[in-house]
Amino acid sequence: MSSIIDLILGFLSEHIDALILLAKIGLIVNGLLMAAAYLVYFERKISAWAHNRIGPNRVGPLGLFQSFADVFKLYLKEDIIPTLADKKFHFIAPIISIGVAMAVYAVIPFGDSFMVGNKEIFLSVAPGINIGLLFVLSMSSVGVYGITLAGWSSNNKYSLLGGLRSAAQMISYELSMGLSLIGVLMLAGSLDLTTIVHAQSGGKWNIFLQPLAFIIFLVASFAETNRTPFDLPEAEPELVGGYHTEYSGMKFGLFFLAEYANMVTASAMMVLLFLGGWEMPGLYEALGLPAGSPLIAAVQFGVFVAKLVPILFFFIWVRWSLPRFRYDQLMNLGWKVMLPLALANIVITGIVMTILKHYGIM
Amino acid sequence: MSTTVILFTILSIGAIASGISLVTRRNPVSAAMSLIVHFFMLAGLYLTLQAQFVAIIQILVYAGAIMVLVIFVIMLLNLGKEENLTEKFSMRTTLALALGGLFVVQFLTAFLGKKTGMNALPEKSMSIGTTEGIGNVLFTQYLFPFEAISLLLLAAIVGSILLAKRKHEAS
Repeated sequence: MSSIIDLILGFLSEHIDALILLAKIGLIVNGLLMAAAYLVYFERKISAWAHNRIGPNRVGPLGLFQSFADVFKLYLKEDIIPTLADKKFHFIAPIISIGVAMAVYAVIPFGDSFMVGNKEIFLSVAPGINIGLLFVLSMSSVGVYGITLAGWSSNNKYSLLGGLRSAAQMISYELSMGLSLIGVLMLAGSLDLTTIVHAQSGGKWNIFLQPLAFIIFLVASFAETNRTPFDLPEAEPELVGGYHTEYSGMKFGLFFLAEYANMVTASAMMVLLFLGGWEMPGLYEALGLPAGSPLIAAVQFGVFVAKLVPILFFFIWVRWSLPRFRYDQLMNLGWKVMLPLALANIVITGIVMTILKHYGIM
Repeated sequence: MSTTVILFTILSIGAIASGISLVTRRNPVSAAMSLIVHFFMLAGLYLTLQAQFVAIIQILVYAGAIMVLVIFVIMLLNLGKEENLTEKFSMRTTLALALGGLFVVQFLTAFLGKKTGMNALPEKSMSIGTTEGIGNVLFTQYLFPFEAISLLLLAAIVGSILLAKRKHEAS
């Protein structure tokens, strides 16, 4: 009996790195699903508050288990595939959407590393990767296939229009999104998200140094996540349900979850790139904890979440306050306003940085 | 077998399979999706060569932007299945086959005859595909070609805007 335990313990200690990695992946995937489920709940509660209604209040105390009831219902519903749909792509599309939405979390750090014994544990799946930021951008650009394929494979004109709109919209706003980040990269001098966060230590948050870039990134994030006022791919009054008109059951649920997961991603990127991530001037010194202790990592994660929540609230708040853009307005804003502004931001940042470096201030 | 070899085997088989699928699919969307899979496999191959920047740009630019446009056009034109044309053995196919055969022969002579004996990556190539490596080379050694290409791209942008505008006025 003891030999079996020894064998298991030996196996565990031998593969400790792989096991820690698997545990982190499991935590992030489940945490993200929970976050998405509760975002749906808060979306409904906040919309009710905006409409002067009560909102979900039947399932569990304050309706807190409403999302679980919804997901359970979606699982039990019949999965209808239209006869003339392209079955292969109709099946793959929601998988691409949710898969890409989750893949982004491989590079997003939630705090500094901490030590357990003499083992350094990072608060991200792939720490110190020097293309972290580009990975997030490329995954969000690949995410458009989920929506586009869903629209095309359904063989329904409303779905197709939704899919086409999303492809055009995402390409237009991806550009200004990517360009707005170049100013941040110039200041941090790295594509590694942890380095970018550390470059903002001591209250030098990029939202103060790069306010224009922040506004451009914020607006582009709304467009990239297909949220109101940019929710043209699923505009209900015009396109029935847009790209997911022909989806039912949990496949529809996956698109829904992917939308909220993307919202969390966009908010997390804003926190990391513009709001200093887990940096909070004076807080960690005041706590007096030794560097690298698990407690400080927990506090850092708390700071991260505390910054994340107001942005998520802002996303929902905007949805229930603003009407939808017209399609030509959306394209004009993307190409004629946001793109020139993002380019100007790069030039201005470059000039100011050169001048400051010349006088030795930076 | 090292991890690199295993990854190389998987990725190269995937790349070849998706490449074959690209040219054999009759449905244009299937073909385009095969090409996207192919780009991902190539990006994986670049990663095994420590060229992280090249790999991610491959996905960001080709899979994420160019192929979205291709898919967009396919869907906009609502292309159906390619008609099964009864292709004759024309001049074009003959030439294509001859050149393709020549390429295969060239490839085989280049790789089969010699023993490279290189299992590990040379020290210099470790940094060549990273962001810093490419940036340094691009803005020092290859500054002139880089600027020349950017001028060429600018001309292309101006040209495309001009073409789009003329069509707009005519309609």
